[in-house]
Amino acid sequence: MTGLGAPNPVAITCFFVFIAVTLGITYWAARRTKTTSEFYAAGHSITGFQNGLALAGDYMSAASFLGIAGMVSLSGFDGLIYSTGWLVGWPVVLFLIAEPLRNLGKYTFADVVAYRLAHVPIRVCAAIGTLAVVVVYLIAQMVGAGNLIRMMFGLTYEQAIVVVGVVMIAYVLFGGMIATTWVQIVKAVLLVGGAFILTVLVLAQFSFSPIALFSAAAAKYGDAVLAPGKLVSNPWDAISLGLALMFGTAGLPHILMRFYTVPDAKAARTSVFYATAFIGFFYLLTFVLGFGAMVLVGHDAIRAVDPGGNMAAPLLAEVVGGSGFLGFIAAVAFATILAVVAGLTLSGAAALSHDLWVHVFRHGHADDKEQLRVARAATLVLGVLAITLGILFKGQNVAFMVGLAFAIAASANFPALFLSMFWRGFTTAGAVASMTTGTGAALLLIYLSPTIQIDVLKNTAAIFPLKNPALVTVPLSFAVGILVSLLRPEAKAAVGFDEVESRALLGVKH
Amino acid sequence: MPEPREQDIARLAARRWRIALCLTAAMLAVYFGFILLIAFAKPLMARPLSGGLTLGILLGVLVIVAAWGLTFVYVWWANGRYDAELARLARPGAPQ
Repeated sequence: MTGLGAPNPVAITCFFVFIAVTLGITYWAARRTKTTSEFYAAGHSITGFQNGLALAGDYMSAASFLGIAGMVSLSGFDGLIYSTGWLVGWPVVLFLIAEPLRNLGKYTFADVVAYRLAHVPIRVCAAIGTLAVVVVYLIAQMVGAGNLIRMMFGLTYEQAIVVVGVVMIAYVLFGGMIATTWVQIVKAVLLVGGAFILTVLVLAQFSFSPIALFSAAAAKYGDAVLAPGKLVSNPWDAISLGLALMFGTAGLPHILMRFYTVPDAKAARTSVFYATAFIGFFYLLTFVLGFGAMVLVGHDAIRAVDPGGNMAAPLLAEVVGGSGFLGFIAAVAFATILAVVAGLTLSGAAALSHDLWVHVFRHGHADDKEQLRVARAATLVLGVLAITLGILFKGQNVAFMVGLAFAIAASANFPALFLSMFWRGFTTAGAVASMTTGTGAALLLIYLSPTIQIDVLKNTAAIFPLKNPALVTVPLSFAVGILVSLLRPEAKAAVGFDEVESRALLGVKH
Repeated sequence: MPEPREQDIARLAARRWRIALCLTAAMLAVYFGFILLIAFAKPLMARPLSGGLTLGILLGVLVIVAAWGLTFVYVWWANGRYDAELARLARPGAPQ
């Protein structure tokens, strides 16, 4: 018998402490947020280590904590494919993106793409790509939040959505990037710390030997749980998802935006190093949490609460640590969702205000006060949109939306960003073609894929065979960008590349 | 005729991209190698090594360790030779 779903005094206490602390941080941050540089980039005051934690906080969503632990607990080894897949994008961010992005841009990744190209078309396309990723990711997070909180705290779905939306708007609207960063740091420490304590409590029952835990899992459900099963029956599906995770991480607007919060490129480098360390450590813990839930909670008890397995980690917490620890883990999961939606909303607001309002409608002529006002209005609009979408999508199957967000980021944002920094011959027309093709193809192919046609619309067959479109759309977006650039060369853009190359290395001119 | 400093910047930029692309290719090879082994060598991945530890689980852990290792290699190179070269190019006395 589980206490999940009944009001848990520890969960409610932990949750209110978290809200009180983070709103306190927001009050402190609000007094330090007077310019756009502070609102979007925390005044470049965050250290590499702090930003490493904040990146980990932005990235480790409830989907990875609850979803992966659940997947491992139900399908064993196959779930581990996801644990590793979610990490491998980070080295790519470090090698290809972090340092030149920090040196070339100001607040958004469009700053970098538009550096030597025509601002208006680039910023419009980049804003569309950013908003597509942000909206799809927000829907996934909000619906997840509604279901999760309903199950854990006994609130209704709509109440849960409104609470998450209102608190998140408060963080971003008043505290901007300073508050968002510190909320991410608090959340990352709580999440990695909570998962670590849970791991220790599980391993204590197996004389601190993960191997003994794996043996116990095999003894309970057969050797098959320790070996590849039917998940990778089609390797192309796994490779396509892998490509989306690998290059999508390097195209997620809320992740890219974090690199502007540090003072220089070296700190950007350091921050990805720490982020990779924390995120990798966390995913190693999910190996133990997943198999621990399989052995100590069991398939039937996990499925009884949620057929998708999402409650495996909280149930495990209850078995090894009692209802008090369950309450703590539930509050951590809530904090996790709050922090991720705050980061997403801030990056969406930057696209609306910095890219569209300032550079497209006002052609760069807007004073700091006006920019800040528009950024805050955009935050409010996106926050209300997130609440509305969360309620509209109630009861919908949105599990595919995180994969879709990564596919759009990998095909719409990453190729244009990479080519603009890497290739002299890249042109405005090429970038526009690459970004629109990437966004359009990702949306179209996911609609035609089994993910929507079979899982959501309940049709018997799908026109496009792959569950995630990245295997087609990432190469397509690169090919279109290169081809269009070759067909319509742009002399001014080629000349500007010398400055891009120098500034990508050295930063602002001395 | 480009000036020597511009040539140095172009050369260092080319070297950084070369190293970055090689390390990216290594990460791709490790992860997709893991996926292909899972897809095409299921019995091999199911082989028990010691108790409940199968080769598949060990390789899964090693993918994460490889990601750490590759980021360490890059940061080690960048903090050492790359930063030294950048500092030389950014010195105010350097020819503009």
